[in-house]
Amino acid sequence: MTSTLSGPFEYAPAPESRSIVDVAPSYGLFVDGEFVDGSGEPMKTVNPATEEVLSEVAVGTDVDVDRAVRAARRAFTRVWGPMRPADRGKYLFRIARLLQERAREFAVLESLDNGKPIRESRDVDVPLAAAHFFYHAGWADKLEYAGHGPDPRPHGVAGQVIPWNFPLLMLAWKVAPALATGNTVVLKPAETTPLTALLFAEVCRQADLPPGVVNVVTGAGETGRAVVEHADVDKVAFTGSTEVGRSIARAVAGTRKVLTLELGGKAANIVFDDAPIDQAVEGIVRGIFFNQGHVCCAGSRLLVQENVHDEVIASLQRRIGTLRVGDPLDKNTDVGAINSAEQLTRIRELSEIGEAEGAHRWQPACELPDRGYWFPPTVFTDVSPAHRIARDEVFGPVLSVLTFRTPDEAVAKANNSTYGLSAGVWTEKGSRILAITDRLRAGVVWANTFNEFDPTSPFGGYKQSGYGREGGRQGLAAYLRNGS
Amino acid sequence: MTHVLDPGVLAAGTRPGPGPGTTFDDVTRSDAALRAFLHGLPGVDQVGAEQRAATLGTRSIKTTAKAWAIDTAISMVDLTTLEGADTPGKVRSLAAKARRPDPTDPTCPAVAAVCVYGDLAGVAEEALAGSGVKVAAVATAFPSGRASRAVKLADVRDAVAGGADEIDMVIDRGAFLAGRYLDVLDEIVAVKEACGTAHLKVILETGELVTYDNARRASWLAMLAGGDFIKTSTGKTSPAATLPVCLVMLEAVRDFRAATGRQVGVKPAGGIRTTKDAIKHLVLVNETAGGDWLSPDWFRIGASGLLNDLLLQRQKLRTGHYSGPDHVSVD
Amino acid sequence: MSDRLAVRKTFKLYLGGAFPRSESGRTYAVTDHRGGFLANAAHASRKDARDAVVAARAAFGTWSRATAYNRGQVLYRVAEVMEGRHAQFCEEVAAGEGLSAGRARAAVDAAVDRWVWYAGWTDKLAAVLGSANPVAGPFFDFSLPEPTGVVAVLAPQRSSLLGLVSVLAPVLASGNTAVVVTSRERPLPAVTLGEVLATSDVPGGVVNLLTGDAAELGPWLAEHDDVDAVDLTGAPPAQAMELERLAAGSIKRVLRPPAEEPDWTADPGLSRMTPFLETKTVWHPKGV
Repeated sequence: MTSTLSGPFEYAPAPESRSIVDVAPSYGLFVDGEFVDGSGEPMKTVNPATEEVLSEVAVGTDVDVDRAVRAARRAFTRVWGPMRPADRGKYLFRIARLLQERAREFAVLESLDNGKPIRESRDVDVPLAAAHFFYHAGWADKLEYAGHGPDPRPHGVAGQVIPWNFPLLMLAWKVAPALATGNTVVLKPAETTPLTALLFAEVCRQADLPPGVVNVVTGAGETGRAVVEHADVDKVAFTGSTEVGRSIARAVAGTRKVLTLELGGKAANIVFDDAPIDQAVEGIVRGIFFNQGHVCCAGSRLLVQENVHDEVIASLQRRIGTLRVGDPLDKNTDVGAINSAEQLTRIRELSEIGEAEGAHRWQPACELPDRGYWFPPTVFTDVSPAHRIARDEVFGPVLSVLTFRTPDEAVAKANNSTYGLSAGVWTEKGSRILAITDRLRAGVVWANTFNEFDPTSPFGGYKQSGYGREGGRQGLAAYLRNGS
Repeated sequence: MTHVLDPGVLAAGTRPGPGPGTTFDDVTRSDAALRAFLHGLPGVDQVGAEQRAATLGTRSIKTTAKAWAIDTAISMVDLTTLEGADTPGKVRSLAAKARRPDPTDPTCPAVAAVCVYGDLAGVAEEALAGSGVKVAAVATAFPSGRASRAVKLADVRDAVAGGADEIDMVIDRGAFLAGRYLDVLDEIVAVKEACGTAHLKVILETGELVTYDNARRASWLAMLAGGDFIKTSTGKTSPAATLPVCLVMLEAVRDFRAATGRQVGVKPAGGIRTTKDAIKHLVLVNETAGGDWLSPDWFRIGASGLLNDLLLQRQKLRTGHYSGPDHVSVD
Repeated sequence: MSDRLAVRKTFKLYLGGAFPRSESGRTYAVTDHRGGFLANAAHASRKDARDAVVAARAAFGTWSRATAYNRGQVLYRVAEVMEGRHAQFCEEVAAGEGLSAGRARAAVDAAVDRWVWYAGWTDKLAAVLGSANPVAGPFFDFSLPEPTGVVAVLAPQRSSLLGLVSVLAPVLASGNTAVVVTSRERPLPAVTLGEVLATSDVPGGVVNLLTGDAAELGPWLAEHDDVDAVDLTGAPPAQAMELERLAAGSIKRVLRPPAEEPDWTADPGLSRMTPFLETKTVWHPKGV
């Protein structure tokens, strides 16, 4: 037999249209239901895939934050606090629906501002954000059944600071439970990814959410500090680095502010020799290359049983060779751009240290775009637990591979971290999963899967990965007084 | 702007194992050894396999890639009629379509084969003479496989004598599910022998094996027995070909080649009705087993109605407007 | 009054299941509420605190992985032994806190009852705080509470037994191990509790009792990287903020001190257990 056709199957470019989003040349702060100028020097937000300036965004100072907190306090006292819980729920349902209706717009804007592949913003970030609002909408008038006491009450004004890796989704994780429990919000989006939060502000207006219930104050670290330190903020929620989390914990020390922190991680993804290998390889890929590895719960340490190390690494390398790196708006892109020049520098530095420390770096043959911030999928083998790439959070597409011989050694190595956010376990043996899972000091354990999220499922860390949970019945506790 | 990293990476047999040339003779020596081998294959997690297939199903294949994929898919079709009511006339009409799927466009490739019951192989052979389109015949008491081995082998010889280039046999699912793996293997070996020079496609009927673990074991069993192709289904039970089961079988042929150096083809059959379905399968091949399998020598799609949808889509790409069922021929 | 010359006691620390002196060799005199001498107590040092953390960490694996039923049994046994020391506790509480015999008895009764209450919680927490999560996919997803780890407890300064039990028992019931700095002025019920623990079935190191000064030991414990959580209830009010800042260094869970020492007879609910519990969520696919 002879083929009539041959040649590789080259996928033609399949770009998602940008025309659905209308990026304004400049954006203000969203305070008390209005878009207003900020007092600070405006900042530029760029498309990390091209370094194109997308827009100029206002920077909030102490004065602006104070205005936002006052608006939130007013809204809490006069409108949102006294409102019938069922009505609060209805507002959240409205928001959820609007997120679904404008899903494509949010997805494109997220990929433009963040650099993540449209496949992920379209299939993960935006649908999950909508799901979080749907889930929490239902809680608004059922809080007395949530197991946090017979008369659960909101704290008041919640100051929330979120990271750049899942801009809209982290907003949803923060805003939805805060509003459902009757708090009002001052939200500070990440410096490099403010645009979907501002589009969300527009959705709040579209939903006729009362002014002041949600306020969005854009800016950098100083703006975040102003939110955290404002005297009239009752509740602080932060997702980001452990370093910043530490300084926030210090800042709220001695105050009455209630704090929850979702910080860094260095998750072990443990692969036993009886694992479903093809799915484990998928799980490893999903664990570390999902969202360019900009994931606090990324499976950045692969712990593979020594007797299948070569087989797993060979399969993994073959699989990584099929990853499509490039234009985030191309529907076939698997790995997008690194979010910022600063982050790219950190990833490069840690990778160089990894090599200098004696680990072996592997990257697939890879052509990267000339402009923008890019880093190829990277695997380090021969990594020792003492290497910095085995200990420090890289927050990029860099996997460190370590080996183990026995279950005890796997657990010991997995727990040998100051972090404790997540972990993965791959084995077809059910009893082993349960035994290992019991002993892992991590807030989320994915067994024979990885990086799954759901609004009904509590997420958060042990140890220096933070405290408090987001999602599920347990996640409500952070936003309720005497919440247990 | 999207870059495929190292397209050659899939071509290399990278899974270390016994290495090319391994014959697995020891594995097939006894029922116990065969069982130990098949049950020692890595498990398949259903949810993970289905997630992977679904993700690949979201690939967006447009413009030039779509045109290439449609022509490739047409060239891979085993145009099939397997009805009790089949007649020589029906087979001749199918053969005409197989040679020239789109009579208005000479650039349209022919399909790979026409697939019929064994008693009609001769009619098909005559109608396809000189076209390069192969004659495939189902045999071995298709579709149930419930007959004595002597009857099954006679069925095979009969079809080969009638002119079949390819034999699509069914495995003994009863024996497989009862754990008599060596019986299943022996039967495939015997059928392969009866095929002579004809290529052997081994139908696993994955819908009856139910689990992906079974699909993987049956794939290896068929390859160990010497099958040239592994095929998902008869088309007579549901579910027939699904993306995840095809994924599992593509992983099997990929790993088998890495271990032995011998390449085995894959044929999903039944349930692939639209161009979109066919392209999803091609993406699956491309990103699982790799480009080496993207030819009719190594990948076939068993279908009947699919061809017309491929032709309509092909016309749309060529003319820029939509067409309708009267613009392609009925079978 | 008997004219017998009393045998004066010098108490030691309870650390890793043993009763060592302070490594510093320091002691201090404990007096009753009128200033009369009661006993000498060990004056724990930062190195004693360090050793206590090592002991608590070592004991954590066994204690946290014991079955909830077993932990409940062990804690109930503690209450039984406390009951046997009832009279001694009453004397010490009365002397230290200056309570009438009747009120001291009531405090001791409440303390034993509270211990029993917490003993009964061990095998209920998972059901009350855990959940099966109905995720939108083919996964079995559940969440369970797990102990945080080593908890440093600055025990209340005034309520020397009921207060102590009220902060210690929840830490243990939830599966943590504890390093406790007792009331400085009123340490004797804590010393006796140490003897109770040593003669019950609580494994050594699960509870470590340091008699001494919260103001001195607090910062060392709050800053200790291998301490997972701190209960600042007995911290000097002026120092609480500083301790919380120190605790932030390793992202410790912090139970802030109340504005003033609360009425320990009130129903505590879950409020003293949940701060020292983590939630672990586990996902597993459902497939054939």
